[in-house]
Amino acid sequence: MDLLNAFVTLSNFVLIPAIAYGSQLALGALGVTLIYGILRFSNFAHGDTMAFGTMVTILFTWLFQSWGLSLGPVPTALLALPFGILGCMALLLFTDRVVYKFYREQKAKPVILVIVSLGVMFIMNGLVRFIIGPDDQRFSDGERFIVSVRTFREMTGLEEGLAIKTTQGITVITAVIVVAALFWFLNRTRTGKSMRAYSDNEDLALLSGINPERVVMITWLIVAALATVAGVLYGLDKSFKPFTYFQLLLPIFASAIVGGLGSPLGAIAGGFTIAFSEVMVTYAWKKVAGYALPESLAPDGLAQLLSTDYKFAVSFVILLIVLLFRPTGLFAGKSV
Amino acid sequence: MIVVDDIHKHFGGFHAVDGASLSIQPGSITGLIGPNGAGKTTLFNVIAGVLKPTSGRVTMNGEDITGLPPHTLFHKGLLRTFQIAHEFSSMTCRENLMMVPGNQSGETLWNTWFGRKRIADEERALRAKADEVLEFLTVEHLADHKAGQISGGQKKLLELGRTMMVDAKIVFLDEVGAGVNRTLLNTIGDAILRLNQERNYTFVVIEHDMDFIGKICDPVICMAEGKVLAEGTLAEIKANEQVIEAYLGTGLKNKEQVGA
Ligand SMILES: Nc1ncnc2c1ncn2[C@@H]1O[C@H](COP(=O)(O)OP(=O)(O)OP(=O)(O)O)[C@@H](O)[C@H]1O
Ligand SMILES: [Mg+2]
Repeated sequence: MDLLNAFVTLSNFVLIPAIAYGSQLALGALGVTLIYGILRFSNFAHGDTMAFGTMVTILFTWLFQSWGLSLGPVPTALLALPFGILGCMALLLFTDRVVYKFYREQKAKPVILVIVSLGVMFIMNGLVRFIIGPDDQRFSDGERFIVSVRTFREMTGLEEGLAIKTTQGITVITAVIVVAALFWFLNRTRTGKSMRAYSDNEDLALLSGINPERVVMITWLIVAALATVAGVLYGLDKSFKPFTYFQLLLPIFASAIVGGLGSPLGAIAGGFTIAFSEVMVTYAWKKVAGYALPESLAPDGLAQLLSTDYKFAVSFVILLIVLLFRPTGLFAGKSV
Repeated sequence: MIVVDDIHKHFGGFHAVDGASLSIQPGSITGLIGPNGAGKTTLFNVIAGVLKPTSGRVTMNGEDITGLPPHTLFHKGLLRTFQIAHEFSSMTCRENLMMVPGNQSGETLWNTWFGRKRIADEERALRAKADEVLEFLTVEHLADHKAGQISGGQKKLLELGRTMMVDAKIVFLDEVGAGVNRTLLNTIGDAILRLNQERNYTFVVIEHDMDFIGKICDPVICMAEGKVLAEGTLAEIKANEQVIEAYLGTGLKNKEQVGA
């Protein structure tokens, strides 16, 4: 038995990747949950909104790289991120103006808005593929590791190594900053409070003089920022491919629903729940078990519950369980 | 002050308001009575911009306000309360009241982040105001309770409190006394009279409680089946044949007949 090595292996392959992935899902789910809370529909275009914001960021990254701009060890994409966010804001305000506003004025039912968002999704999807193409794009540059396996081994003298990628570090730090700013905004500012009020009781908010169009606009702006940040962090960590972002819709919705739709805190909890489940279920535990268990109990096989090809099944199953047994989610959002 | 001109509101084939016309004098406390389903609440909803009328016009001091959205009317000084109390359930009572002045402070996204001091001052003033209102309504002990968890009658008080947070011109109260005990009802009546006299609020009050109506309202308007039946002092209304027929009940008359 060698618990220290077991823990290092576990951190390297499960904890750190899951924390990074969980942060990305949480940011994505926050966007979904805000839209649900305030505009009152499930936005199926969210994955492609993320893809669009990321694409704009990538284009600016390439531009800056061609100018020779760089942030040293930190990816140039961070410099391009604000431009990506602005691009995404422009797109969302535009879709709201030409599409959603019409249905809002008709007081369309949520189910109609969901279908509308499906249409928006296809258009955004096409737009992204048209501009940047359907292929994989790598755009992370700078230092690859904060701690590499080799330096970790040399530092600690342990058999197993631990690597922390720069992108993982950046993901967690950015997510913490963004989430703190969001919660401060929602809980401490009048505009944030009027958004909460609007989400809580629309009729009363209107009769209290809150301008719904302004609330809606600010929601879209915040959602654009969240979606772009989530998309860029995911793309830096893995890679950017439009189809992958469409697929992300499932774990993101699962996160939002598990946490309770409409509850920002729930979105964060849900994001980590889904990320940890997915990583743990698809991880081959052989090595960790080999260290942690006495030799006689060590598994012969890979001790992997599910092949990574089926990772989306995990979100799906969790989603089912939550919908069956606790439809309001962990943090009692609005029931679905 | 408010002129309602031949308002119709149809839900499908059902005529909830069917050609109602009335006018509200500035500085008055007008009572609006009528049987259940007479269309009183629907008329309120039309005036307050929650529902668009099928036809007809509403003017406020000569200005056409038909179909303006509620938040615009709010800024013109037209407020209303709900028959079924509404509240921001996840906020405390104090926060509920503090929400009321909408975005009147002119908070822009810019000074959300950079004009903190001015906003902090405004917040403090609002908070003091909210506490004052809660005290006025004798519910200061509820200030930090979540509004979703207070009793139905207390929610009604909160509804009334909301109209006291700003300088309203005209306030529409929809059964503000329903579910509130006698003593409190008297307090509410006094509050309405005081707001009317000291702050020059105009009120339109829907109530089923005739004592309450009698104490504070003049004139009284009676609606039935979407139309205005009669208008006058409470005594006149009580004596009106049609009103007795439609609302106050023929029970009395029958008794007289039986007695005779
Ligand atoms: N949204 C709606 N859709 C269809 N019918 C409605 C709607 N709102 C109200 N009605 C109908 O309009 C009629 C008038 O309702 P309203 O609420 O205005 O009555 P009211 O005079 O306020 O009665 P009460 O004293 O019971 O509050 C009722 O018969 C009601 O069923
Ligand atoms: Mg009513």
